[in-house]
Amino acid sequence: MLPTQKTISPPSEDKRWKIVDGMMRRHGHEPYALIEVLHTVQETFGFLTDDALRYVATSLRVPYSRVYGVATFYHFFTMKPPGEHTCVVCTGTACYIKGAPVLLNAVQEAAGIKQGETTPDGKLSLLTARCLGSCGLAPAVVFDGQVAGKITTETIKKRVRTYLESETLAEGAHK
Amino acid sequence: MNNTAIEICTLIIENHECGGRADQTILEVAEENGIFIPTLCRLSGLSNIGACRMCLVEVKGMNKLMPACVTKVQEGMVVTVNNERLAEHRRLALEMLFSERNHICSVCVTNGHCDLQFLAQKLGVNHITMPYIHPLMPVDASHPRFLADHNRCILCTRCVRVCQEVEGAHTWDIMGRGTKARVITDLNRPWGESESCTGCGKCVQVCPTGALSEKGQAAGEMLKRRTFLPYLSMMREVGK
Amino acid sequence: MNQDDLTSIAAQTKQSENRYDHVIKVCVAAGCLSANSEQVKTQLESELKQRGLETCCKVKGVGCMGLCAAGPLVSADANELMFQGVTPADASAVIDSVVDKKPAPAAIVMDSQLDFFTGQKKIVLENSGEIDPERVEDYIAADGYEALFHCITKLKPLGVIEQVTKSGLRGRGGAGFPTGLKWTTVAKAQGARKYVICNADEGDPGAFMDRSVLESDPHRVLEGMAIAAYAVGASKGFIYCRAEYPLAVKRLRIAIRQAENNGLLGMNIGDTHFDFKIEVRLGAGAFVCGEETALIASIEGGRGTPRPRPPFPAQEGLWKSPTLINNVETFANIPPIIRRGGDWFASIGTDKSKGTKVFALAGRVNNTGLIEVPMGITLREIIFKLGGGIPEGRRFKAVQSGGPSGGCVPEQYLDIPVDYDSLASVGSIMGSGGMIVMDETSCMVDVAKFFMDFCMSESCGKCVPCRVGTTQMHNILERITQGEAGPQDLDLLTRLTSMVKAASLCGLGQTAPNPTLTTLRYFMDEYRAHIEEGRCPAGICHPAKVEAEVGA
Ligand SMILES: Cc1cc2nc3c(=O)[nH]c(=O)nc-3n(C[C@H](O)[C@H](O)[C@H](O)COP(=O)(O)O)c2cc1C
Ligand code: SF4
Ligand code: SF4
Ligand code: FES
Ligand code: FES
Ligand code: FES
Repeated sequence: MLPTQKTISPPSEDKRWKIVDGMMRRHGHEPYALIEVLHTVQETFGFLTDDALRYVATSLRVPYSRVYGVATFYHFFTMKPPGEHTCVVCTGTACYIKGAPVLLNAVQEAAGIKQGETTPDGKLSLLTARCLGSCGLAPAVVFDGQVAGKITTETIKKRVRTYLESETLAEGAHK
Repeated sequence: MNNTAIEICTLIIENHECGGRADQTILEVAEENGIFIPTLCRLSGLSNIGACRMCLVEVKGMNKLMPACVTKVQEGMVVTVNNERLAEHRRLALEMLFSERNHICSVCVTNGHCDLQFLAQKLGVNHITMPYIHPLMPVDASHPRFLADHNRCILCTRCVRVCQEVEGAHTWDIMGRGTKARVITDLNRPWGESESCTGCGKCVQVCPTGALSEKGQAAGEMLKRRTFLPYLSMMREVGK
Repeated sequence: MNQDDLTSIAAQTKQSENRYDHVIKVCVAAGCLSANSEQVKTQLESELKQRGLETCCKVKGVGCMGLCAAGPLVSADANELMFQGVTPADASAVIDSVVDKKPAPAAIVMDSQLDFFTGQKKIVLENSGEIDPERVEDYIAADGYEALFHCITKLKPLGVIEQVTKSGLRGRGGAGFPTGLKWTTVAKAQGARKYVICNADEGDPGAFMDRSVLESDPHRVLEGMAIAAYAVGASKGFIYCRAEYPLAVKRLRIAIRQAENNGLLGMNIGDTHFDFKIEVRLGAGAFVCGEETALIASIEGGRGTPRPRPPFPAQEGLWKSPTLINNVETFANIPPIIRRGGDWFASIGTDKSKGTKVFALAGRVNNTGLIEVPMGITLREIIFKLGGGIPEGRRFKAVQSGGPSGGCVPEQYLDIPVDYDSLASVGSIMGSGGMIVMDETSCMVDVAKFFMDFCMSESCGKCVPCRVGTTQMHNILERITQGEAGPQDLDLLTRLTSMVKAASLCGLGQTAPNPTLTTLRYFMDEYRAHIEEGRCPAGICHPAKVEAEVGA
């Protein structure tokens, strides 16, 4: 049961909560807006925290366990902060046939992390996706949000190396 | 809608001629007529989700197998409950559950009172032909009175449903998906810290296995009391 | 907006385009965008300006031209001139060629008479690569919204359904359910509210037909949905689109806003009493949400787990109201069917599969991209004529259609016609249109494992056969590829496939065994080689690893 009567305020002073509030208002704080709102939280903050989930749950009057269940059902949502750079290797069928597993191995070796992980220094997150819809350009990889096609082991290794050797950005400078 | 007379159908289940109301399921009519159909996720008094697939039956003229717990009866239906194919499917479904997580009955608190164990005995599943998966799952002992052992959970969601539909607390839900799915309380915090749990213990009573139990029970001691359920489901019928 | 306004916008748009001697079209769909086509477009524009040619030659961003692998693509003069792999540096050469008829460097010239282009028949993609997807006027000039206006002003809902039924159109989302029949059921269903949902979840990993339609011609889908809404009596619609397609979502949102501003969506459409609004909802990375009951659960804000049917969404769907769910391509077929009549559509294709089908041709084939072909064409024509065959002189091994729910079709069936029933007869399915070509470098056991891995990680986990069955089957396939399996594993695999197929709750589990079943059926020798000889014929797996180490 939820503390419906309590006035609900955002978990922190962070101005970005206004964006989330706006999204919830647009949907009249209806429980069905949960996924849309989680998208907004992730877009705004980069990932979902317990505090965010608690706030969204209370605001939309959705039970905690259900919010957590939804947030963990969909691959798109993450509860881990992403690295400074991201590399998403497509593991859809077209890319698989054109050698995606080799690319994935190359990054895993070069960065020393497995898929779904971030390097200890927070420089790079390695993710996979099931088809980006760019199958004509297989194998495809998304580097920092930009889709690139016809990737070879060399190009991906080079990109990963520049990421790993990049200067650390000042706090909050990215995104 | 409520006061229109409900249609009565006649149908044949396992060569028995049966009569039932059009809003009843095959399972309900079968039970009224003393015909046994194995079930696991279903519990009378809770909503039906058709997830465990134990109750699958053949319906003449349909090319798909139908879950008896959610399929409404129809005039002239011919239902087969037992044949070689259905027996094989049920056997494999049970084997799958035994292979998925760790169910060592001899050390379990519900040994002898477990729905899974009962079905395995009834359907003659006494050995498993597929490899065990058995990931090591956590045991949550944080609640003062109850214990949650995820190694024994078959993901039937009876606990989720009773907590939401009967107790109205919605403490439980499922996180993740596929074999990684797991029952959780609140934001996947220890049960004992749950803000929404009322401590009513209904989930423990409806759990078909030893996944949820009362603390302080030795192997084979945990009897499940579900008296609150038929009563509530009767109330619901009256309320309709 | 009424019919007259529509006609005058169409005339004006055509007129203003006819003022130019040449129109250079640059593909700005996602494939070419990721190859820098936006810069190519800007460079062309500034080059024209520099040469003072901007009044005689216009540059226009258009949707996908199909041969995405050769992008960025540029075309001009009704596609008589085509260019491939164009970089900003090539801009002046392109203009020389278009305006002054100077031959362009061979490297960027593309033969517009390739079988890839001439072998197609375009209905769904008729505007792709032709119109600017971000301008409603362009769509209107291509007869857009004419069908909707015809329906709401001249036809009764039943009359609309009659045309759709007559057309013989079957759902393009995978199962091939007759669209007219589905519309009839929803139209007849009792309910104060009804909904129309467009399934744009395109979960098949290796397919991008829906994405391309949404990015290249979004208004077509909106128009199809509006016609459907009028026919079944709905006033609210949703498009459930994958979050992995940000450009498609952006263009859809632009299109919806334009349509609303022009009175093509919203209240009193075309000055009639017909109201229809559309909202976009984002998926969040779950293949199972393409299944209609899971999709509904997801729009309702919950976990995308399917529920048993009946009741079907047509009777009890979104928020328990009667709901029509169709695929993007299905809706995209509707406007031309209304404009040209159901009989016209029914004259294309085969006896039981009418019209055309868009396929995403990918994998080990020379021309990868999107093609639209009439139903009944053979697999051989698609792969060897339009697709241009297998690269590097390798040998064709199999073609996979239908994604994780489909099967691998071997060489001996290359001459079967592509229609719902023929593909099903060889153990595959039409599916949504993914077509992945494999050559001798692919190991069929590894392919089966790949798809099973996909189904295992996409299984929602609700029902036992799919949740545990896909895991068990995957583990067996993995053991085979690692050389740790024995003959008894094949028996268990076979038992599991038939049980999971028959006993799973939704289509995901029911079809998950298909790739395994077809490879078992057609490529048993490869399974045997792994198990009995510790050898992977394609050299992908290392089944004999253990022995090799011992030997060394
Ligand atoms: C696991 C699964 C995934 C599906 N994915 C899609 C999809 O991505 N897109 C789609 O249009 N239909 C998909 N379908 C089919 C839909 O459930 C539904 O049949 C279809 O959207 C109906 O539209 P149609 O009649 O126009 O084909 C999927 C079905 C299943 C079982
Ligand atoms: S804890 Fe018990 S009742 Fe809950 S899902 Fe697991 S087995 Fe079912
Ligand atoms: S078949 Fe698979 S995806 Fe479908 S309901 Fe069962 S577990 Fe979920
Ligand atoms: S399979 Fe990789 S983009 Fe489609
Ligand atoms: S009892 Fe019917 S599916 Fe579980
Ligand atoms: S994206 Fe440009 S041709 Fe397909």
